Amino acid sequence: MTETEHHHNEEESHDGHDHHHGISHVASKKVLLGTFAALIFLTFITVAATGVDFGPKLNLVLAMFIATIKAGLVCAFFMHLIYDKLIHSVAFLGALLFALLFVSFTLMDSTQYQQDVIWEHQNATAASSQ
Amino acid sequence: MSDHDGHGSPFIAHHFDDAKHQFDSGKLGIWAFLAQEILFFSALFVAYIIYRYNHPEIYEYAHYYLDTKMGAINTAVLICSSLSAAWAVRAAQLNQKRLLIFCLAFTILCAFGFLGIKYVEYSHKFHEGILFGNKFNPAIAPAGNPMPGYVGDAHHGGGEHGGDDAGHGADDAAAKADGHAEEGHGDSHHGEAHTADGPAAAEGHGNADGHQGAEAHGSPDDGHHAIPTGRPPPNTGMFFTIYFAMTGLHGIHVIVGIGIFFWLLIRAMKGHFNEEYFGPVDFAALYWHLVDLIWIYLFPLLYLIH
Repeated sequence: MTETEHHHNEEESHDGHDHHHGISHVASKKVLLGTFAALIFLTFITVAATGVDFGPKLNLVLAMFIATIKAGLVCAFFMHLIYDKLIHSVAFLGALLFALLFVSFTLMDSTQYQQDVIWEHQNATAASSQ
Repeated sequence: MSDHDGHGSPFIAHHFDDAKHQFDSGKLGIWAFLAQEILFFSALFVAYIIYRYNHPEIYEYAHYYLDTKMGAINTAVLICSSLSAAWAVRAAQLNQKRLLIFCLAFTILCAFGFLGIKYVEYSHKFHEGILFGNKFNPAIAPAGNPMPGYVGDAHHGGGEHGGDDAGHGADDAAAKADGHAEEGHGDSHHGEAHTADGPAAAEGHGNADGHQGAEAHGSPDDGHHAIPTGRPPPNTGMFFTIYFAMTGLHGIHVIVGIGIFFWLLIRAMKGHFNEEYFGPVDFAALYWHLVDLIWIYLFPLLYLIH
């Protein structure tokens, strides 16, 4: 029973007659350990990269890029998305899309509040220097 | 199901055609839930992004209060727990009961380890008054030196007050500062009559005007890597509002995860799971991976600000 995961077709073979392991994909040991090693490695990389000055924007972009690779690895292999039905990826990416819309629409007018904050700051400065 | 006659496991409900039908339904359900979780957390990410976009100086100052080593260890702990959660699914699918029990127990252990480290971090912050919103009244600067102009609690360092002081600091500050200024004890930072105005004034403007430049940006002459020793920029408490909200909500998810994995552990010991019925293990693992996923972003966003 332990070695059966290799020789059956994972791609959700439309409910074929081979039910035995057809319920869901079984992740191989190699994939699990490889994903784990990559995640630990990338954690070291991202911590190390913070110590290097690439400029304020690039450091953030790099950190987010590495985080996104890590997230992709978790989704693809630990969460079985690449072996899974497409609908699960669609649900997941759909939620991300809406989160992105949420962020960008809020960012659109966020500078409108700056006036108030500056005002408050100056006000407090004025108050404290009296 | 040819050899298992349809409902081999007692946990396959009768309204499903077979084990796969039940599993697929559950799986779609958990993915719908995870999608909702992403939207749930996204509100906090929006708060983070908007505030950082408008006030980068607060993040540059405040992140030095966070211990990167602790964050990195916790990241590794969560990755380990994610591996064992994923392995638990494999073990359940392959009917490896003892391995399944071990993986579930190990996942729970890692979750407790994560919370333990989080507890150390939180209690340090509570003790030093590194708190949210207008409760932010830190006794130390990010570099670890006593905060210039600190007036929150003259007895600081005793260790027994913890969050209590910090919480009350804002209200009591005026009274205490008055008393101590007259007595002339405490440590050297008196003359803070303006504490009476409340935390906003006290935070932003600890000392006279000469200090302003250094206060707002830590020590500007030392460039990027110098850990600030001066007073925080105004509204730095907002960083910790966001920090506690994000890590707190994440921590609640970890606690819920522990409960779920305990439930799975008991069921695994009763032998409920096999190659036909392992949905609960798979779905709980998916939830756990999402909690890991959130942390994968929280760690660089909060601890690794350059």
